Amino acid sequence: MMSESAPKIHAQFHLTRQSKGLEPFELKVSTELPSQGVTAIFGHSGSGKTTFLRCVAGLERAQSGYLEVQGQIWQGPKQFLPTHQRPLGYVFQESSLFDHLTAMGNLKFAIKRAAAPTTTEAFERIVSLMGIESILMRYPNQLSGGERQRVAIARALLIQPRILLMDEPLASLDSARKQEILPYLAKLRSSLDIPILYVSHSVDEIAQLADHVVVLESGHMVAQGALSEVFARTDLKALSGFDTGAVWQGEVAERDAPWHLSKVACGQASLWVRDAGDPVGSAMRLRILARDVSLSRSVNDESSIVNRLPVSILEITPDQDEAMVLIRLQCAEQILLARLTKRSLDTMQLAVGQSLWAQIKSVAIVR
Amino acid sequence: MFTEADLDAIWLTLRLATTVTLLLLIIGTPIAWWLARTDSWLKGPIGAVVALPLVLPPTVLGFYMLIAMGPNGVIGQLTQQLGIGLLPFSFWGLVLASVVYSLPFVVQPIQNAMQALGDRPMEVAATLRAGPWQRFFCVVLPLSKPGFITAAILGFAHTVGEFGVVLMIGGNIPQETRVVSVQIYDYVEAMEYGQAHVLSALMVGFSFIVLLGVYGFQRQSAGMLGVKS
Repeated sequence: MMSESAPKIHAQFHLTRQSKGLEPFELKVSTELPSQGVTAIFGHSGSGKTTFLRCVAGLERAQSGYLEVQGQIWQGPKQFLPTHQRPLGYVFQESSLFDHLTAMGNLKFAIKRAAAPTTTEAFERIVSLMGIESILMRYPNQLSGGERQRVAIARALLIQPRILLMDEPLASLDSARKQEILPYLAKLRSSLDIPILYVSHSVDEIAQLADHVVVLESGHMVAQGALSEVFARTDLKALSGFDTGAVWQGEVAERDAPWHLSKVACGQASLWVRDAGDPVGSAMRLRILARDVSLSRSVNDESSIVNRLPVSILEITPDQDEAMVLIRLQCAEQILLARLTKRSLDTMQLAVGQSLWAQIKSVAIVR
Repeated sequence: MFTEADLDAIWLTLRLATTVTLLLLIIGTPIAWWLARTDSWLKGPIGAVVALPLVLPPTVLGFYMLIAMGPNGVIGQLTQQLGIGLLPFSFWGLVLASVVYSLPFVVQPIQNAMQALGDRPMEVAATLRAGPWQRFFCVVLPLSKPGFITAAILGFAHTVGEFGVVLMIGGNIPQETRVVSVQIYDYVEAMEYGQAHVLSALMVGFSFIVLLGVYGFQRQSAGMLGVKS
């Protein structure tokens, strides 16, 4: 779990863009971001999340803005550090390798321009982190989309950045390739000590990778905070829908080997999940989709449901789907979301403050 | 087969075309880069001026060049002040006129190649700490290589095939301005069709091979840039 230390990235941008035949676009964001861990910049297309990242990189220039990264001012009222002078790494959405160079040539392009000489160990560590040892001599057009992206990430790391910016690095890949790269990204977040800004519109990716989330809607910031906090909200349009669900952080408390189950304790609340081989004490991140949670007045221990938790209703909000409602539940110190039909709400006569049992049909281990 | 005068003409033609091609690559690259990148209103007018030789009769271009290089022309006054003398009817006068005449054949392929790159490679290079000059020399130039090769071949071939401008500017001085195309004209005037045939066939063969090379190269580089097979 990331500690909420003093934020070290101050970003404030105001940019307006008027292009022919398009709606005028405005990005107006003022925020402080943590200087460690993965911060996801989340929003639907057109929300300005990529523009925000490009402003941080200096690839786009906000008409007015202020940007301070770890004590260094990158943009101020009278100054604008050009991109090539900012100590950052950037991974673009689609393949960005130079076609005239091999994978190795692309890496050397970064090594040559890095802040300090690259040691053999550092080089080998990054190359093996991304699993690209065997493809270094190939040209980009001889690599798969996933391999190209892994080389691009290695290249961005070899420049020895003080911050890593990633603009939907998985968006151009099919789902099989995404699954191929996600483990590398997860390894990346645990082995890097620099902050990562990760732009994405995928709730799944963010649930797996982010520690901190910034939500943008049509150019404005509508929420920001720790992942579990933001994902527990029901008032965000960008987050509500089929994939709405709470994210819990906990650790393995007990293993039931004969049944291949592990008990994960998240504060006072605990859940049984499929045993993924993690030893007792290891950190776990769980995602509980609102559609997998049902409510009942009694313990109802005659059902096949393994996880039943006592909860109380905090808030009831209408869903985008007219037939459904989203319910925020307090479960010990955790927040749980449940998605029910309006009819169930009516027949059960549910109201804020009531105590109930939540039955959780499935829990996904996201890390 | 070739007379001594023929060999002189062939050698002169090759010398002229090589000089012109090298100069054009140096002059054409910044023009192509500017045309590929600019949003200025001048892009249209400058692009049109560069393309003019494509549509103008060579005699018109030659005529104006002759005036400009003459004793009262802008270029003529400059060259006189620099102590070079007058350029018409000299090898360097021919070089200058050919540079103007073949400019679009060099600028346009380079410009197209640079435009096709888009902004992305430059942005990528900037995030990898490459400054503007490094971005140009380490990224834009190598990635535009197919455009440069096409440009060099077309510029060279077009200069070899030029006639009208040569006649206006260079006249017909052996070893100085009498290139192959002029030599052929002389043979025809003198009714020496046999010799004219030999040189003409040489030109046909040369042009065919050049075009074959350009098309073959374009197909190959298109395949190279295409999606993984």
